[in-house]
Order: sequence, then C-alpha cells, then structure tokens
Amino acid sequence: MANLEERRIASGFGFLGREAGFEIGETAFMRYNASDTYLRALVVGLTNTLAVALVGVVVATILGTAIGLSRLSRNFLLRNAAAAYVEFMRNVPLLVQLFFWYAVITEGMPGPREALSPLPGVFISNRGIFFPSLFSGVPELQGFNFVGGTALTPEFAALLTGLATYTAAFIAEIVRAGVLAVHRGQTEAAHALGLSRAQTTRLVVLPQALRVIIPPLTSQYLNLTKNSSLAVAIGYPDLVSIANTTMNQTGQAIEGIAVIMAVYLTISLSISAFMNWYNAHVAFK
Amino acid sequence: MRWARENLFGGWLSTIFTLLLLLLLWKAIPPFIDWAFLDAVWQPDPKVCRASEGACWGFIAEKHRFILFGTYPYDLHWRPAAATVLLIGLWIFSAIPLFWRWWLTLVWLAGLMAIGILMWGGVFGMPYVENERWGGLILTLLLTTFGLAIAFPLSILLALGRRSDMPIIRALCVGYIELIRGVPLISLLFMASVMLPLFLPSGVTIDKLLRAQIAMILFAAAYLAEVVRGGLQAIPKGQYDAAHALALPFWRRTGLIILPQALRISVPPLMNTFIAFFKDTSLVLIIGLFDLLSTIKIALNEPAWNGFGVEAYVFASLVYFVFCFSMSRYSRRLEHQR
Repeated sequence: MANLEERRIASGFGFLGREAGFEIGETAFMRYNASDTYLRALVVGLTNTLAVALVGVVVATILGTAIGLSRLSRNFLLRNAAAAYVEFMRNVPLLVQLFFWYAVITEGMPGPREALSPLPGVFISNRGIFFPSLFSGVPELQGFNFVGGTALTPEFAALLTGLATYTAAFIAEIVRAGVLAVHRGQTEAAHALGLSRAQTTRLVVLPQALRVIIPPLTSQYLNLTKNSSLAVAIGYPDLVSIANTTMNQTGQAIEGIAVIMAVYLTISLSISAFMNWYNAHVAFK
Repeated sequence: MRWARENLFGGWLSTIFTLLLLLLLWKAIPPFIDWAFLDAVWQPDPKVCRASEGACWGFIAEKHRFILFGTYPYDLHWRPAAATVLLIGLWIFSAIPLFWRWWLTLVWLAGLMAIGILMWGGVFGMPYVENERWGGLILTLLLTTFGLAIAFPLSILLALGRRSDMPIIRALCVGYIELIRGVPLISLLFMASVMLPLFLPSGVTIDKLLRAQIAMILFAAAYLAEVVRGGLQAIPKGQYDAAHALALPFWRRTGLIILPQALRISVPPLMNTFIAFFKDTSLVLIIGLFDLLSTIKIALNEPAWNGFGVEAYVFASLVYFVFCFSMSRYSRRLEHQR
C-alpha cells in the first residue's frame, strides 16, 4: 500500500467507471467507442474472447474428430497424413503458429484489389476474409477495401486458425485413444450383426468411446480458452489485451490482473461444471 | 498391387479419400518445393529477395547470429554458443539410463556452474555481461532447464500436500493448483512483470529474467503436481498399507516406497508436460524477454527485412520441432523399454 501511494497509483476498482479513451479494432458484438467506460471496454474484450473460443471449440472438435478417426483408418495414405499432422502440430509452440498464420494472411495474401475469391461473394485478402451475410448483403470492393458483408479481420482469422488447428491435433489423439479403448469384441459383435464399418463406428464405437473421451476433451476446451489469451501477441483485442491496455493507462496492475484471473477462473469453473454434468449424463446408468 | 488394393483402395470411401489426398498433395507439394528450394533466395540481400517468387532464406542467413544469441555482445558470441552446446550436451547425457546415478546431480551442478561462468563472465579474463543482454536459444533453454529443475521438487510437495490428511495443507494445495491451472500463463507473466515490482520495498529490484522465471516455475509446478498426483493414485493401496506396516515414518515411507513407484508410472505424462513447458517458454516474448521467438520477431522489425515473416516463422517452427520431436521420441522409447 505504501508503495502504491509513493508511486501515486490509485487502488480499488473505481477506474472501471471512467472513460477508457482508446479505440478497439473489433467490436462485432457490442457497440463501443473511445468515450465509453473501461468496464464496457473490458466487456467487449470478454465477448471477443468468448467469440473466438466458442468458434474455435466447434472447429477444433470437428477437425480433431476427423483427424483422430483418420489415424485409425485402414487407408495407408490417410492414416499417415493424419499422423504427420498431429506430430507436427503438437511439437511447435502455439505462439509460433499464430505468428505464422498472421504472417500468411497479412503478407502472403494479395491486396483487396486482387483478392482471392474461392466462392462467389467470398473474398480473401490481406485485410481479412469477407463473406456475404443476411443482414449486410454481399461484400463489394470500394476504394481500398471491401464494404458490406461480414468480415473476419486478419487478427481474428489468424487466431481462430491457429487455435483450432493446434487444438485439433490434441483432440485427435484423445479421440483415437477413446476409440481404441472400446473393447474389440464390441466391433466384432457389430460386424457379426451385419453392420457396415461406418455404421459400426457411428452406432457402436463412438457412443462408447465418448465416455472415455469427454474428461480429457474438457481440459482441451479449457486449454483453448486459456490459449486464446495469446491474442495479445497478434493484436486481437481479447480480454487480456484490453486489460493490458487498461493497466498501461491507469497503472493499476493489481486490479487489472485480478480482473483477468477472476474472469478466466469463472470460465474454467463453468466449463468444468457443465462438462461434469454432461459426463454424468452420458455415463453408464 | 495387392498392397495398394488393400491399403489405398479398400472400398469406395477409401478410394475417394486416396484420390482426394493425392490431388491435394499434387497441388501442394510441387509449389511448396518451388517456393522453399528452387526459387528460394539464399544470399542475404533483401533486394534480391523481394524480386524473387520463392522463400527468402537469406533473412535467416543474415540474422542467424542475432536470432541465436540476441543482444549478447557480438565479439563474445562464442560464450553463449559454448553454453548452448554444453546445456544440450547435459540434456543428452542425462537421457541415457546408464548414467542415472547419484553423481549425475554433481555433473549437472558442475555443468550449470560452467554455463553461469560462460554467460556472466567476469572471471578468467572474460568481460562481465549482465543478464539483460542474454537472449536467443540459450535463454529458451535456460528458462526450461531451471523452470523444470525447481518446479519438479515443488510439484512433488504439492501433490503430496493434495493427498495429505491435514485439511489446511490439503486445502492450500488444492487451492493453489486449481487457481494456477484455471488462469492463462500470460496472466502469471503479467503478474511477475508489472505487479510484483509494486510489492517490493523501494530500492529492491529483481531483474526481469528472474521474475519471469519465478512465474514459469509457479506455473509448471501446478501442472506437474497433477501428473505426480496421478502417479500417486495409481499405486495399489497395498503398497501404502505395507509401508505403514513396516512402521516407517512418513518421509521414509514416501521417499523409499511410494515416490519411486509413482514417478516411474508418471514418466510418459511427465515428459509430455516437459515438452509443453518448453513450448510455453515462448510466451516470455509478451513481457519483453529475448527468447528464441522474440529475437526472430525483432529481427523482422528491421525495415529492410520487413515482410519475410512466413520464412522466419517456418524457421522458428523447425527449431522448436527438432527439440520437441526428439523429446517425444525419447519418451516413447523409454515407455517401450519397460
């Protein structure tokens, strides 16, 4: 306390009500401008964190399951491609991968005028990915950038790609272990009943494997959410990045870090609580 | 032919996957080889690089000294180089089961002392280099080594505490482990870099490297503790009962009977945590320490070399991959030996 007074740093959470005075690059879910309060800025940061984490979890789960099942395929090429993917992704730090994707998008992609258009109405350029939406129409090139449609900024796109592809590798291993944990007799019995391989996987193996898969899967979801805090390194305005700006402006590091920790602890505890409930739901009765 | 029919075309779904993957490889590999090798520029000249379609490995060639050694005085680069080789040597040496004897600790102490002398200098006619100037690969390796060396014993205490019969100790350990595991590493690093100085009496300063190292240790200890606890739980109850029956006091019971078995079971997950920790050291970039990744990022900031991020990060990935992949291969071999 004496230290804080000496350095003329205020304490307490009074700063939350004051004007933040900085712009946020990404305010897709809440209206925000520089004259809003710190509290609102932090909430915008939180929605950004939740947005990337939520989409990331969905994409990572789909990709991870596909890769995990591929690793068990009888197809030589598919099996080894999946194994190579997992080996490579797991052995390179996520931060390096985020920087890589960010560099690919901002340096490797063409400018808006020469934007790639893999599907009509979808444009990929170094300003981000633009696609049509029901509310704001089809993106069109005006001047130096696209107008209309929904946009994924390069930061969001890089963070999402990085988080999803990285976590997918871990999820793949969990899915594979889960499937292998199902007793062989189950598969044989299903074959004996005349089910095809695909039917066996879908109806017999996966529902049983799910029970083994869910606990470690939960911790991967938590990891993904916590890892989304690396956003600060590539400039996506997530909660940590905005709390960091707040700390720099107000000097109130203790409160800033308290906010970050409280929010992440709440997220962590709620995801584990939900998953525990779900786990009890699918467990053998 | 028969192999191909069974392993590539065993059914229409399999055939579709094979064809799709072959198409993908056909589309991806030749352009990649063009980019990475045939059209690549190897000489350190940004102008040539910009004119070329291929990768600019010249960036790495030009900046490799900075990337590997950071801002360490240029003329003295042999010192961090020697320290890096020595440290990697120590790791490889301790990976050989034949050398798992009590004197390995002495070898490590001697090795770390030599590394300290090389890095700091100030004796034997070597000029003193303060640790603000350390950087690059050696910093990444030192953060990992000291982090794990101190966090590991700490984590054993935490794991034992979590399974203790004393409610206060158990509550403290559970609280600590869950708190640390519930928050991202960055928040701990921020805590060490901006919050910790506020709590020190004026005049006392702890340097940034040490503060980051403390945060990394606190972080690793919580994760390792959970792994060790898993090992402790996997031991049959009979072992605990037998140790009790021998009337051994707690520490001898734990040290002689429980821990040796628990740690042996935990080797594979421990190795995984070690690898994760090695990767996590890259986060110190965010609080401004010059580890391997941050020297690469800083090298990119120079205007002449702006815009070669893809090459730079491919290089970074390769360096990290070599370390992590060898560790994971080693751990797999260890598993199969038993």
